Order: sequence, then structure tokens, then C-alpha cells
Amino acid sequence: MITTSGLTKVYRSRGREVTALDGVDLHVREGEVFGVIGQSGAGKSSLIRCVNLLERPTSGTVTVAGRDLTALTGRGPRAGKELRQARSRIGMVFQHFNLLSSRTVQDNVELPLEILGRSGKERSCRALELLDLVGLADKAGAYPAQLSGGQKQRVGIARALAGDPKVLLSDEATSALDPETTRSILQLLRDLNRQLGLTVLLITHEMDVVKSVCDSAALMEKGRIVESGTVSELLATPGSELAAALFPVSGDASGDDRTVVDVTFHGEAATQTVVSQLSRTYNIDISILGAAMDTVGGRQVGRMRIELPGPYEENVVPIGFLREQGLQIDVLGPEPALVQGGAK
Amino acid sequence: MTWTDWPAMQPLLSEACWDTLYMVGWSTLIAVVGGLPLGVLLVLTDRGGLLQSVVANKVIGQVVNVARSMPFIILMVALMSFTRTVTGTTIGREAAIVPLAIGAIPFFARLVETAVREVDGGLVEAVQAMGGNTWTVVRKVLVPEALPSLISSATTTVVALIGYSAMAGTVGAGGLGDIAIRYGYQRFETQLMWITVGILAVVISLIQFAGDYAARALHRRGGGSGAAPRLRLLRDRTLAAETATAGTVAAETATAGTVADETAADVSKVA
Repeated sequence: MITTSGLTKVYRSRGREVTALDGVDLHVREGEVFGVIGQSGAGKSSLIRCVNLLERPTSGTVTVAGRDLTALTGRGPRAGKELRQARSRIGMVFQHFNLLSSRTVQDNVELPLEILGRSGKERSCRALELLDLVGLADKAGAYPAQLSGGQKQRVGIARALAGDPKVLLSDEATSALDPETTRSILQLLRDLNRQLGLTVLLITHEMDVVKSVCDSAALMEKGRIVESGTVSELLATPGSELAAALFPVSGDASGDDRTVVDVTFHGEAATQTVVSQLSRTYNIDISILGAAMDTVGGRQVGRMRIELPGPYEENVVPIGFLREQGLQIDVLGPEPALVQGGAK
Repeated sequence: MTWTDWPAMQPLLSEACWDTLYMVGWSTLIAVVGGLPLGVLLVLTDRGGLLQSVVANKVIGQVVNVARSMPFIILMVALMSFTRTVTGTTIGREAAIVPLAIGAIPFFARLVETAVREVDGGLVEAVQAMGGNTWTVVRKVLVPEALPSLISSATTTVVALIGYSAMAGTVGAGGLGDIAIRYGYQRFETQLMWITVGILAVVISLIQFAGDYAARALHRRGGGSGAAPRLRLLRDRTLAAETATAGTVAAETATAGTVADETAADVSKVA
């Protein structure tokens, strides 16, 4: 639904050049919630602004819903008619809501429809319908200043949906909100994604946001996409930073002579039974030190840190069993030392 | 002419009062119509603006600066031939409107520029993301969002124009300034001068009060925190500044009161 290829953005100011985006290739499938995570300054904001060409990329292309937007830019700095039409089909939600303080909630939601040239009656019908959808039907006549942060963002979402977009861009939509409100806004985005088949591209610096709503995620560092894929693909990638951050496990061995193993489930194996099977088959006591699991689309994904009795040499067979189940196994601590010792 | 000649002074003063309001009214209207687009253009053509154009920005900025740096009394004289082509005369209240308006356009434009610049850039971005063009941004965002500040700016312009209009009195424009100079200065009728000063002070206070009231009513409706929490600090400062302005107004009103008192004292002495 959204594809960027070789997207590069260089800011020039007073002779200095800052590369905000450095050859970003991103692919967001139709109907999914895609999260781009990264620290401030990683280029997330530039990326999302390049998708609807609020920022003009220095090079590279952006395709949204099969349409090459970069081809619509024209030569001047101003957006031409075609680009503006394309933008009206892409909703955008902002960190600081960006509601017009001089307009009521309903008038704010009507604004995109005014730009599209809809009639007054149609506008107010649609605006009230959207406010109902985001649960703010009773606030239509209020001014943004009279609303809480979460309510303002709901208005922002209703406004973004007014043009009946297929794609919603969310620029740190929950970063200015408290955890409780964040959850409800994310839930709303998730619901809209399911009900309307809306493709959502969101950028955030909060891992929890990715974890709670995203089907796919990408990690951005210094203007590049470092990792990218669906949550289970990321988990299947050995040494994936994103997977480690999404499913953090911790816990130390309860004593010497123990083997600590990180087991990663990426939705392929029948996870519920694996641990008990292992215990039964080899007649060993397994303790779970830590786990971060989630059910995505009926399949369990996540990571678990388990402890087996005895040193690594005694556990080679059970670990082999786990590997046979198609699980990704990382042995902590003694294994590398042992390998090194064997090499000598 | 003394205080006992009130019946003689009254028509003189009321006519002068209307002349002043007529001149100021029309020139304000022209200044707003001319200065608003100019001020908006100053913001739009600036670096990073929607219509970024260094040349246009420099040219407009320079024109505004030159026009603003010129003392009004010289502007009036310099514009005489232009005034004659427009109104057919250089004397009278119609003729005064021309230099008044031309002097006020750049003044108001600068105030508009400041007001419009304070509109949160995120709002502009939001409208662009909806597919709005530059005109939409101006019409739906910049002007409505800056409206409270714009009203304050217009108030300041009116007050400045009342001052200018008094100067216009020296070239025969009529109005309160004319009375103060002709009767008060050239004929040594101090009381009449003080009455005009009192009237001017009252008129200015009323205008300032009305302007502040309108601006604050609009601002309160918006709540002053529509866009961003991070801007709240800045907005608070604006609010504080406004309160300060309100304080000044109060002070001005107080001054006006003092003037009135003095006038009253004069009256009693004369009586």
C-alpha cells in the first residue's frame, strides 16, 4: 500500500548538510498497522512527512495506493493539484493534534471536507458520523481548548478520516498522552484498522506502541531502516534488536551447574506444549525464568528464558529437541566458552 | 473664547470630532485592506514560508521599512501631488485620508506579520496534509487563528491613526488636532486645547477598551491552547503581555481621568 524506495532526504542549511533519510526502502502491506520506531533524530518524522510529500525527498520514490506521488510534485516548491488530491486521500494524525483553536470540534472535522468542496449538509452529516465513530458525538460544539488530550487526539483522528482515506499516517500520535489515554487511542486505531480496512503507518519512540498495535515494525537508526518485517519475522531473525526490545526477557541462573536457554517462538511451533513435552520426554525439571509472549493472529509469538538443570554438556540432547521443534534457541553463558575450549 | 462660550464651542468640537472619526475610520479600513495581505505576504515569502521568495520578501520588507521610517508630517507633504490626483484636493478630511492610509498600511502590515508568525506551524502542516493549497492555509488557518492578535493590531493602528490625524490638522485636514493647533496654539485658547486633549484621551481609551475586549473574547473562546501543550508557556507569556497591555490601558484611562480632573479644575478656576 505504501512503498518507498531509495528515499533520501538531505537538509541543507548555511552550507551544512544533514542527511535525515539515507536510502529508506519501506513496504507497508494493505490493511496492516506498520510501526516505525527509533530515537529522536533517527529520521522518523522526515520519513512520515515524505510519504505525503509534506517534505520533498531529495531522491527516491514514494508510492501510495499504487500511485507514484513523487512524480506528482511538479517543479516549483508548491504542491500541484494532483498532489493535493492525493494528499486528501491520506489521513494524518499529529503528536500535538494540530486542531484549529478558532473552530469547534465539528468545524475542525469538517475542514478537510471544506477543502474537498463538499456541501454544508454533507459536511455536517459526515462530521457527526465520524465524531460518533471516535466516541465524541456529545462534544461537537465544544472548542478544542475545552477537551482533554485524549479527546483532542480523537478529534484529530476523526478529522484525518473525513476524506475517507485508505491510508492513515500517525506522527507520534500518542507521545503527548498519558499511558491510559495512549492505550485507548491505540485501541481506537486498531479498531479503525480492522473495521475500515485502514492501512496505518505510525512512527513512535515507544516500544509499547509497536507491541500493542503493530503487525509489522521497522527499526530506524541514523536515517536508515536497520530491521524490518512482521513481528514474527523479526522474532525469527537471530540477534534482532527489535525482537529483543519487543519481547524482553531477563532472569539469571538460580545457581551454578545450570543451563540457561532463550527460546524464541515465532508462531510456527505449538508453543503451549513444548515445555511440558520437553520435561516429560527427558524427565527433567524446567523452570521458567522469564517470558514475554503475545498472541498474534491466533499464534503465539515471543520469547521465553528457561533453565535446565546441569551444565550445557548434559543438556545437548534436550536443546537439540527444542531446535527440532523449529524453535530458535540461544544458549546463554557457558556455550561460547565451551566452543572456544573445544576449538583449542 | 472661554468656558462660558460653550454654545459656541460645542458645534465646533462636535464637527471636529466627527471629522477625526471620519478620517480615522476610512484610513483604518484602507490600512486593514492593504496591510493584511501585505503582512501575510511578508510571512509567506519568508525563508521556509509557503511562497518562499527571497526577492519578494526583501522588496516588500524594504518598501514597508522605508514607508515606516518616514515621519508622517513629511509623508503628508511628499504625497501631496498623489493626494491631488486621487481626491482632487490637498485640503480637507478626504485629502487627509490618503496620507493617513498610506502611512498606516506598512504599520499595520508589520503588526500583521508578527501576529501571523505566531500561528503554530503544525496547523499549516495539518491543512497541507488535507490537501489544502496556500490560499486555503491563509483563509482557514493563518487569518482565523491570528484573529485575536489581528484585532489587537488593528486597535493599535486606530490609536496611532488618531495621533497622525491630529498632525494632519496642520495641513488643513480638520478634526480635533486642527482645533487644538488653530485655537489652542495659534490663538492661545488653552482651555479649548485641553478639551480636545481630553476628548482624544477618552476616544482612545474607548477604542482600546473595545479592541481589547473583542480580542480577549475571541482568545478565551479559543482557550489559547488549541494546538500544543509545549506552546503553553509561550501562550502564557502572550497572556501575561496582554494583561500588561490591559494594565497600560488602565493607566491610560487613569491619565485620561486626571486630564479630565485637571480640566474640571481649570473650569472651576475660570468660573
